[in-house]
Amino acid sequence: MFSGFMVNTWLAATVVAIVAGVVGFFVVARGASFAAHALCAGAFPGAAAALVLGTSTLGGLVAFAALGVAGITWINRKGRRDVATALTLVTLLGLGALFLSMASEYAPEVESLLFGQILGVSSSELVFLVLVATLCVVTIGVAFRPLLLTSVNEDLGQTQGIAPKRADLAFLAILGLATAMAVPVVGTLLVSTLMVGPSAAAQILSPRPFVALMASIALAATTAWLAVALAYRSGWPVGFFVGTIAALAYLTARASTSARRRC
Amino acid sequence: MKRALTSGATPVLQVEELTVVLAGRVVLDKVSFALTRGSVTGLIGPNGAGKTTLLRAILGFERPRSGAVRHLGIAKRATARIGYVPQKVAFDPDLPLRARDLVGLGLDGSHLGFALPSRRRRTLIEAALEAVGASGFADKRVGRLSGGEQQRVLIAHAVIRHPELLLLDEPLANLDLRSEREIVDLVAGLARERKIAALVSTHDVNPLLGAMDNVIYLARGRAASGGVDEVITTEVLSSLYGRHVDVLRVHGRFVVSAASGDLLVDASTTSQAEPREQ
Repeated sequence: MFSGFMVNTWLAATVVAIVAGVVGFFVVARGASFAAHALCAGAFPGAAAALVLGTSTLGGLVAFAALGVAGITWINRKGRRDVATALTLVTLLGLGALFLSMASEYAPEVESLLFGQILGVSSSELVFLVLVATLCVVTIGVAFRPLLLTSVNEDLGQTQGIAPKRADLAFLAILGLATAMAVPVVGTLLVSTLMVGPSAAAQILSPRPFVALMASIALAATTAWLAVALAYRSGWPVGFFVGTIAALAYLTARASTSARRRC
Repeated sequence: MKRALTSGATPVLQVEELTVVLAGRVVLDKVSFALTRGSVTGLIGPNGAGKTTLLRAILGFERPRSGAVRHLGIAKRATARIGYVPQKVAFDPDLPLRARDLVGLGLDGSHLGFALPSRRRRTLIEAALEAVGASGFADKRVGRLSGGEQQRVLIAHAVIRHPELLLLDEPLANLDLRSEREIVDLVAGLARERKIAALVSTHDVNPLLGAMDNVIYLARGRAASGGVDEVITTEVLSSLYGRHVDVLRVHGRFVVSAASGDLLVDASTTSQAEPREQ
């Protein structure tokens, strides 16, 4: 379980979990769970597009995540955020259906993107993962206070000279990048799960922003490790375990605090 | 109208002939007034009268079509010298943010990186919490506090950098009478002790009576300003509303009533008639 190709699996799971924990903190704090889901699901058709055009899968994922960010931001200027997000998502999925119909041969690599390929991460992929993860984590860390303040209230941020629209765009860009990076590893259906579940649980557990952020990372990593270990032992899909553990973490946190009823 | 200026007090803000147009509608029409240090000014008017737009124009969030907002304070950067409490700040009850964290963000929320714990930062936060009477719930999540407690924390967030000007947008909305009184007293106390010019918007003039020095009454985008007894009169308000309204004083409270029987100080009866405030 800890030898050979599994080393890369553990490392990839850890890197993705750290990014999911950090970015997920603001996904939950900013009420952007739907946007996170839309970017994850909307990046997937990028892989289909890459298959048809014969370009790299990751390039396709990044391009579609960027399209998603642009779509949400642009439509949001004219209307409600949830509508903008939904319209962006269905447009990207529609494109995905089109590209998949154009792909002549059966495409197992596209299928695997749905649920991830955590048990087969190459060393070069791992290097790329670490680079993108570092960029995401450092950016969120540097922008932590402005992001936190604009999460509370945009006007409070603007009073201190933070442009709320720019803060939002910057956050979505990081979210898109984190998504594109994590999709090949944990799969399009589970990136948002790993971002939302552990972070929401962490925010219930601690009222302190920094402690909640650290708890978010710890819970995301624990979720990912447990999922990989259980998948390895049972032979069941990693995705099943990620989804179940993330949901259980949230429900347990909820139940434990309502029992204690403090803060 | 020029009372504030002629009394010899130091003006912090001067608004001159300010006109703001939003989506083709003239929201503010040549509004002029001045605010002086250590004074409380009520910004009164029905929903949709332009109160929020006026506060946002002072903050520089809305660009005037004509006229000027002049900050006469010492500070070069206006944003560092204005404390602002927006209307209807909705806190998620699960947001991991204690009252003291929100106050800390008032101090350095635009700075990059994490707030490193320091004795100076902690002292400033404690002092701001103390000044608004929020020390008792400093470690609770803001989202779990009562409306009155949240207003106190927001005021601490706004005054921690010792602004010269404090703008509060409908701070009394959804508060019970006791909390209303407490917030009014708190703002008046801060204004006098710290020599802040406080501008408090509310649709009802009555909660501010006794605490405010001046009033700016906004209706249909136009403003009348001066002392309470100069402005809240049948003549001045009838001219602002463009129709006859009666101003009655009953048991020390004002009742502003239109000929049709609408109570104009009561937002619920005027909100249908006036376009919604942005």
